[in-house]
Amino acid sequence: MKMILGRKVGMTQIFDENGNAIPVTVIKAGPVVVVQKKTPETDGYSAVQLGFEEIPERKVNKPMLGHFKRAGVKPMRVLKEFRVDDVSGYEIGQTIDVSVFEPGEVVDVTGWTKGRGYAGAMKRWGFQGGPKSHGSKFHRMLGSVGQHSEPSKIFKGKKMAGRYGNERVTVRNLKVVKVDPENGLLVVKGGVPGARGGLLLIRSAKAPKIRKGEA
Amino acid sequence: MSMDHLVRVVEKEYLKEDIPEIRPGDTVKLYLRVREGNRERTQVFQGIVIGIRGSGLSRTITVRRIASGGIGVERIVPLHSPVLQKIEVVRKGKVRKAKLYYLRNIRGKIKIKERR
Repeated sequence: MKMILGRKVGMTQIFDENGNAIPVTVIKAGPVVVVQKKTPETDGYSAVQLGFEEIPERKVNKPMLGHFKRAGVKPMRVLKEFRVDDVSGYEIGQTIDVSVFEPGEVVDVTGWTKGRGYAGAMKRWGFQGGPKSHGSKFHRMLGSVGQHSEPSKIFKGKKMAGRYGNERVTVRNLKVVKVDPENGLLVVKGGVPGARGGLLLIRSAKAPKIRKGEA
Repeated sequence: MSMDHLVRVVEKEYLKEDIPEIRPGDTVKLYLRVREGNRERTQVFQGIVIGIRGSGLSRTITVRRIASGGIGVERIVPLHSPVLQKIEVVRKGKVRKAKLYYLRNIRGKIKIKERR
């Protein structure tokens, strides 16, 4: 499995040879460094820990500095683990950049969606709401929340207003359109979660599937 | 974080470099690639640019022409699309608006001053 960390740069469109406009997301990915290898013997599971975005030593606290010193790498802003079946293919201190990916292959992209704060039921759950005019006094409320004296309660999990967004979301099976190792850019077809500048985890697709309309 | 220039880095490769300067009011000739079954041919569409939208790779122009029978036909064409093989400016027009949507309501002949 190939994986890398990156940040969302933004979206644009490119044209294919037939003139179809393809929506694409540009991701600034890597280089990442293997900071730690986790094995079943020592940690109970196997994973590799990747570090992304170097930062000056004064920005990390002493326990973290020790962690980086032990691996013999520069301090990093982001540390993320990726579960792998076998860690033997990875070396501590090894660098991974976007050139591991090739155009045409399929990846899963994980990110954190834009936080929307305390959102109403219309935005959060797509409820219809009521008429805006013609004497209506019922505009954006969620309507009935349950029955009467039986069961005399609102069922747990009832879709209501509340905190929305800022959750971890994975978009599966995005096609890699372009790889630019010179600038460390990865271009994938379609959208990815989160705001521009948001952290993204990119890995080979877990269950590769060709999306509709693609040969 | 200013990362927008990275988007432009990606777009750059797909941008056409031979696009002439086009302004609203200009009369242009579009050479469009049309696919009929598995045959390809070039269709020419001549009309007045009534609007320009977008930037970079997503820039589009709206071209209006009066087809036979006095029916107005508008095409919105992405300037950098490979479907648009060539674009020629036939006449430069002098107008005082960015969007010439008022031309849609003109019944008779459309008169636009020439720009030099």
